[in-house]
Amino acid sequence: MTQPRQSLLEVRGLRVEFEGRAAVDDVSFDIAPGEVLGLVGESGSGKSTLARALLRLVPAARGTVSFRGTDLLRCTGRVLRRRRRDLQIVFQDPLASLDPRMTVGEILAEPLAIFEPALGKRERRARIAAMLERVGLAPQAATRYPHEFSGGQCQRIGIARAMMQSPELLVCDEPVSSLDVSIQGQIVNLLSDLQRELGTAMLFISHNLAVVRHLSQRVMVMYAGRIVETATREELFAAPVHPYTRALLAAVLDPAAAVCPPGESVVYSCER
Amino acid sequence: MSAMPAAAGSASPASAAPILSIDALEVRYELDGAVIAAVRGVSLQVAAGECLGIVGESGSGKSQMVLASLGLLARNATIEGSVGFEGRELLGLPASALNRIRGSKLSMVFQDPMSSLTPHVRIGVQLGEVLVHHAGASWSAAERAALDMLERVRVPDARRRLRQYPHELSGGMRQRVMIGMSLMCEPKLVIADEPTSALDVTVQAQILALLREVRAQSGMSVVLISHDLGVVAGLAERIVVMYAGRVVESAPTMELLRAPRHPYTSLLMQCAPSLQRERLDRMPFIQGLPPNPAEREIGCAFAPRCPRVTDRCRDERPALLLIDAVAQVACHHPLAP
Repeated sequence: MTQPRQSLLEVRGLRVEFEGRAAVDDVSFDIAPGEVLGLVGESGSGKSTLARALLRLVPAARGTVSFRGTDLLRCTGRVLRRRRRDLQIVFQDPLASLDPRMTVGEILAEPLAIFEPALGKRERRARIAAMLERVGLAPQAATRYPHEFSGGQCQRIGIARAMMQSPELLVCDEPVSSLDVSIQGQIVNLLSDLQRELGTAMLFISHNLAVVRHLSQRVMVMYAGRIVETATREELFAAPVHPYTRALLAAVLDPAAAVCPPGESVVYSCER
Repeated sequence: MSAMPAAAGSASPASAAPILSIDALEVRYELDGAVIAAVRGVSLQVAAGECLGIVGESGSGKSQMVLASLGLLARNATIEGSVGFEGRELLGLPASALNRIRGSKLSMVFQDPMSSLTPHVRIGVQLGEVLVHHAGASWSAAERAALDMLERVRVPDARRRLRQYPHELSGGMRQRVMIGMSLMCEPKLVIADEPTSALDVTVQAQILALLREVRAQSGMSVVLISHDLGVVAGLAERIVVMYAGRVVESAPTMELLRAPRHPYTSLLMQCAPSLQRERLDRMPFIQGLPPNPAEREIGCAFAPRCPRVTDRCRDERPALLLIDAVAQVACHHPLAP
């Protein structure tokens, strides 16, 4: 494992408790600028709680979360709000995470109103249109409401909202789990493009190992609130060390495995 | 290519009378003056003892189809066609007659075991009342049978579980209870609608192993519905693929996985996240979105997303045809086997 040169995010000894029981226990890791760190684990393992604790959406009992030198768990509310400009999150349920009474344009205008209040109306509209286009939606989407969009399109809107301020770190909490298989690739490729073009670092959380393998340079495996294994993508999938990681890998049901031997790939391309 | 219109599922003419036979089933809703077509003329058969897998994405009509078959749809649904179970027509049966069939000869396992179990009734009572209600068993006999069943579906510490409430069990345990409940009256057919979709992968593998095991013991027929080809592949002998309310392909599992004939099936397989295949630079996906079910259907519903599309596909809807002894496909330009 190569140590990141200089960390963007440094988490040390993080513990989150619910009613005295640890949901996240003694978790430490780093994310380098521009790095995609995958986080896998089953429901109840603490992945989402960890994500929320990083952004101080749930209180931590112990530990530090240092983002570019600022301890997010102890800084004042004012400093935290400023830092959140560089630290955004995309949630699992795309529709539930968008305000149903706001148009898409209004949803995307919020981060601009908060962080760039001096921005003129026309420029604001242009920025929104450009971002919509960037995530693969027509600029006209701005005048419509979330319920008029499919799940995949709503997730594009959620990503657009998170990317409005070009954050340095994007926390993605199961961003494709509620989407149809045929749509998941569209969103994963979009995230991968954004990461490449803008150098956005990501904490990519998923229970789906294949999706995590696709996007992440390093992968952490979480079990019962603790990180049980961290390895580079190549190492983790070729030679998992922890028995839980092995169980997780063994349980993946793969239609491809039923018919073609490992390594043999299927012809016929999707993209036209 | 022989041009014989066919019902999907159990193509072999040698098979005995099907246990479930769905014919030209249509499900529609009227909403604000628009007609939403959820199921658009589906015909399929399940042979006695067979496990049929039904695969489709959200909105493909797979759940609507079985819910309509069992009379479980909302009142505003318009249902046409025919659903024969052991030779008896289910559509239009009065609720009392349906209730005698549902839960005894024909039972269901749903996706979310928490919301399909009654939260304030102990597990033992919920299992037992199936027998009391359907088989006229005494409560003491029903309780013994419930205990046996919990052991059969491998719920550890079964005697204690009988006294517990659903919320005291894990998701995997609750799904074991649901499966046990569906088996209480030794049904001829179990319909499992996304039975593992709410579960973690390691638990999913256990539940599928359990379904395989109880099927081997009982010889019952199973309809397994899932959005996940991987789930269905391990259990079903034959797979039916649905898209936009229609069956687009039906073939024995191995044939379908080895050589899918419909472009949608082929693309769906490539999109399934896989650890077996090489990691690609771009994750495969299918362009565009499924059609709006409120729109009138012209041509093939998959045409706007299909890489093999021609003008014919846009104008003329392909019928589901037998293309060889075992496979049926609804496509003007099927892939070569």
